[in-house]
Amino acid sequence: MSAPSGGGASRDGYGAALLEMLDDDKVVVLEADLGKSTKSCLFRAEKPSHTVSLGIAEQNMMLVAAGMSTSGYVPFASTFAIFTERGFEQVRNGIARPNIVVHLCGSHGGIHTGTDGSSAQSIEDLAIYRTLPNMTVLHPCDDVSAKALTLALRNHDRPSYMRTARNKVPRSYSDESSNELKIGKGYVHRTGDDVAIIACGVMVNEALEAAEMLAKSGIQATVVDMHTIKPLDTNLVTELAKRCGALVTAEDHSIIGGLGGAVAECLVSHYPVPLERIGVQDRFGESGGSDELLEMLNMKAKNIADAAQRAISRT
Amino acid sequence: MGLEIPELESMAKRCRRNIVRMVYGIGAGHPGGSLSAIDMLTGLYGHRLRVDSDNPKWSDRDRFIMSKGHASPGVYSILHERGFLTEDDLASFRKLGGSCQGHVDMKWCPGVDFSAGSLGMGLSFGIGCSLAAKLDGSDRTSWVMLGDGELQEGQVWEGVMSAVHHEIDNLTVIVDRNGIQNDDFCETQMRMFDVSEKFASFGWAVMEIDGHDMAQVVDAIDWADQVKGGPACIVMHTVKGKGVSYMENNPKFHGAAPNEEQFILAMEELS
Repeated sequence: MSAPSGGGASRDGYGAALLEMLDDDKVVVLEADLGKSTKSCLFRAEKPSHTVSLGIAEQNMMLVAAGMSTSGYVPFASTFAIFTERGFEQVRNGIARPNIVVHLCGSHGGIHTGTDGSSAQSIEDLAIYRTLPNMTVLHPCDDVSAKALTLALRNHDRPSYMRTARNKVPRSYSDESSNELKIGKGYVHRTGDDVAIIACGVMVNEALEAAEMLAKSGIQATVVDMHTIKPLDTNLVTELAKRCGALVTAEDHSIIGGLGGAVAECLVSHYPVPLERIGVQDRFGESGGSDELLEMLNMKAKNIADAAQRAISRT
Repeated sequence: MGLEIPELESMAKRCRRNIVRMVYGIGAGHPGGSLSAIDMLTGLYGHRLRVDSDNPKWSDRDRFIMSKGHASPGVYSILHERGFLTEDDLASFRKLGGSCQGHVDMKWCPGVDFSAGSLGMGLSFGIGCSLAAKLDGSDRTSWVMLGDGELQEGQVWEGVMSAVHHEIDNLTVIVDRNGIQNDDFCETQMRMFDVSEKFASFGWAVMEIDGHDMAQVVDAIDWADQVKGGPACIVMHTVKGKGVSYMENNPKFHGAAPNEEQFILAMEELS
């Protein structure tokens, strides 16, 4: 993928991956009027015969996708993350329960979405989809990794939810490193033994910055991109708990039930160590710039670095 | 299968007996909407649907989607007639590990194409099946049965709109207009007005029939097959609990089993 200097938004990676699947006549793309935003429009422009417009009607889209899947197709359906939630019960009862392979993409997730305000900022999607048996839940951090993970879904044998983000962030992956990505395996960007920061989505970049800050204070941090929230890479989390003894999670999502919740559950069951959770602290967002909101909600790199110090101090 | 009308009528009567047996056997289930739907189910499976009990997952089979999934005894009884299910399967209704789950479930029961139970979802699934058939260049078709109370779910109308937009003419919806839902008569819960007019206003071809007249049932199925350029809707006027005197048009038997005395009476009436 050619790299615009300003980095990449994960939604662009989703659109780019769909274009890579144009030759596969079993791949179908479903839209609910937001193809220009989720980037499925790129596929539609090239292959309208395999693109289904369902209008502003998400519940219907979910199960049209399910019907196509049971007829031999591999559906990639997208809308905004928040609007997928309108079809949650359809996903629960009509997709996850019968384990029908539908790949659902919710774009514009998190408060990073910005000026649209709280109605558009899904901060609970990862949590709710994670509760469903059979579901795989992904949240890549940039366009390069989003492309790689979307392509990996082509042959994934379970239904999935992937959250993408609206805005560009500095890239954490090259084309080469993204080839190493595997669904269900966290990617270690940086290794240190004092604390581990486990992040997803746009917060991976903040976590890498935090690690730089900590290094200046003599604290060596491991940074993991936990792009797969479910199934969680519990082997890696447990190993980090044993090696570092203190963990921080960082997500553009409620601290309840998402990455922080998943890591907490894992630690409690396998190897309890101090954990600090950076994310949205049980409140809704509001209109503002992405960085302004991260600042206001104490989700910037410096907040992650402070949380790392707190976690270490609790050991 | 192409059975004659008297054979279909006999088959429907056998199904009615099995519906009541299943519900009585476990002391739970939904007899009313199974009995209202069973003549159409018999017409579909006995006269029209291209399915194969030796190969239930045959990719080019016609799809039948029972969106009102609580009417599962009706589906199980007709699948039994077509060789998908044994007597033992029917006896497993609502029991732990049984193929006949409380609501129809494709993961548990051969011949079931959609896991229903939550109302309003089946039409969307049927649209997906029909779109896939068109992409495949196949002549297979999808048939979706909705309850009339189910039409209160908003998702139904999302599907109704999209089926016309995509000119899906390998799809037929059958509305079981029995006039009763869980709590009471539909008219007291949410007035329905003219169901046919609603579908027609969205651009569907619509035919109204008496859903207990087997000749009309078969004619309507044949009519739906001939509709081109868009989807077809059969609104069938039915009686909830049809065939069992005390269940007929009685909201109490939407989701309740007969007691022993009532069971014996039902078996006499359906003999």
